[in-house]
Amino acid sequence: MEEIVKANVDLESDFVGRMILEQGGEKFRQCIQCGMCVGSCPNGYFMDYPPRKFIAALRANMLKRVIQSNTAWTCISCFNCSLRCPSGIKITDVLIPNLREEILLEGKTTPQEVQKALENTSRYGNPLGESPRKRADWTKEIGIPVKVLPQASESVEVLWFVECYPSYNPRNILTSQAFARILNALKVNFGILGHEEFCAGDDVRLVGEKGLFEMLIEHNTKILNKYKFDFILFTDPHGYNAFKNEYPKFGVQYETMHYTEFLVDKIDKLKSLFKKKLNGTVTYHDPCYLGRRNGEYEAPRELLKAIPGLKLVEMPRNRENALCCGGGGGGIWLDSYIREHSKERLSEKRVKEAYSTGANILAVACPYDMSRFEDAIKITGYEGKLIVKDIIELIDEAM
Amino acid sequence: MKIIVLTTVIPDLIEELEISPDGKSLDKTYLRYIPNELDDHALEEALLLKERHGGEVVVLALNIREETDEMLFAALAKGADKAVKINGDFEGIDNHAKAKILRKVLENFEFDLILTGVQTVEDIDGYVGPLLASYLAIPYVGVVSGVSYLKDTLLVKKELPGGLLTEMEVSIPCVLGIQAAENPPRYVAISRLRQMMRTAKLEEFQCEKEKNGKIEIKKVFKPEIAGKAEMIVGEPEEIVEKIVKILEEKGIIK
Repeated sequence: MEEIVKANVDLESDFVGRMILEQGGEKFRQCIQCGMCVGSCPNGYFMDYPPRKFIAALRANMLKRVIQSNTAWTCISCFNCSLRCPSGIKITDVLIPNLREEILLEGKTTPQEVQKALENTSRYGNPLGESPRKRADWTKEIGIPVKVLPQASESVEVLWFVECYPSYNPRNILTSQAFARILNALKVNFGILGHEEFCAGDDVRLVGEKGLFEMLIEHNTKILNKYKFDFILFTDPHGYNAFKNEYPKFGVQYETMHYTEFLVDKIDKLKSLFKKKLNGTVTYHDPCYLGRRNGEYEAPRELLKAIPGLKLVEMPRNRENALCCGGGGGGIWLDSYIREHSKERLSEKRVKEAYSTGANILAVACPYDMSRFEDAIKITGYEGKLIVKDIIELIDEAM
Repeated sequence: MKIIVLTTVIPDLIEELEISPDGKSLDKTYLRYIPNELDDHALEEALLLKERHGGEVVVLALNIREETDEMLFAALAKGADKAVKINGDFEGIDNHAKAKILRKVLENFEFDLILTGVQTVEDIDGYVGPLLASYLAIPYVGVVSGVSYLKDTLLVKKELPGGLLTEMEVSIPCVLGIQAAENPPRYVAISRLRQMMRTAKLEEFQCEKEKNGKIEIKKVFKPEIAGKAEMIVGEPEEIVEKIVKILEEKGIIK
């Protein structure tokens, strides 16, 4: 036993050494083993080493066991543990990404979908493996002009950082096109980066590929420096989070806004543009990286309340208690892995909660929610009874 | 065991393919080149053999595009011991010439086994491996999906049509065309790759151009559309009228 512990000390000290280099990384030392993290973790019931046990194992020089367990790839970075931890330990941002980095550097036992997503991102700047040249193709044939900055020379007020899924995923594209119509109706002077934009990289960071994350920061910063704009606007809370909380750690500072915050500022103008009444009962799902991580709970609700004809009802778990869709922190690439280890997808649980409120519309504000919930609706048999709409799409329909 | 892995970069099919003005080749101006996926499998198999039995893995590539460097550094980052870049004027060379060049370079290396991806998108027939084996007068087995090292021979698993597998014993040295490694190819973290590019060196060889084989490409073209389907829509009466009209036009009814 003594030998085993001795042999592993290097592993643990390297690991701790890397963690404490990061902002707040040393805080894990203050863990009081209260178990708040496990209790609030939606995947805690099947994770081999939930955060409390993970830290205990690290202290006992048994990190190897955590590395070999399912822990690294069953976290969906939903931020529940980090929000609740009384010691303020950076579980989501430091502890788990470092565990994943350890595995990535070793080069083995990485779920294939994650590996493919990372390889695609380093090669094409997006995890879907789509051609970078087609990144702005969604703007074609929508009948309104979208300024693609590499081809336009003037400066803009709003730089819309579209992100990967909203640029390429056929379902998310519909939301992007609706948002372009809204910006156009509001007469906002906006532009996008087109083929020059690379993934903002928040999920790349959370799955532990720090080197790739830095590469994406370097690229995007170089591109953004070429253009003049007032602030960066996001429809994707993950890109928003990267620019708001992570890029500044690398000295990259931009004013950022999520679209819900941007539109709520213009709510009077928006109301004057509404021409149609939508009939329905809507419930709102708080995306983790807009809500729990960045504290924006009210702007989306204000927007929904402003849409004529919609009745807003709440799910029992709302705002900071909202259940994650399971897509964040690489979850979108880990669906089959996590499903194998769990009883039910979080997205399936969540659409059941949504349906139980009596709502016929599940409103979302994150591209991952869209595919996670639409798939879950097919699996749970709520097709035709519950539909998923981005708030953007509801606003667009009412205009 | 001393293992040589032959690798190459290939055109990335993610972009639309264009044909050169000469009509005999791909227009490569805007093409991105990426490592051949099956060569990644060959490298993975080599690394697994090295982990099990010890030895050395040397990766070789003809420097046909600038992307070759990164592919070789990635191989080093994954655990290859040496990466060799073969320089020269390789414009327009075919598989015969490639195999002859590789044979010359291999005179400088000792080896028990040569692994390569069984094919590439530019070479569906995959005959660089078999040609090289014949020049070296050693055995070749293709479409291999597993290699075990026995005492002085190898036991290789090969896929057959119809969902069958076969196991063959092959003497060494030999050339194997790998279809799939036992494990999916490992991931290289970008930090590790960048570190390798800063610290490692590629070994380089200069080679003369070799003669091509006797096959000449006459024409490269996109498949011609042979037929098309038309959906006939409308009310039943309209559909019937349209069908009758088509049948009359074709001279099937009068």
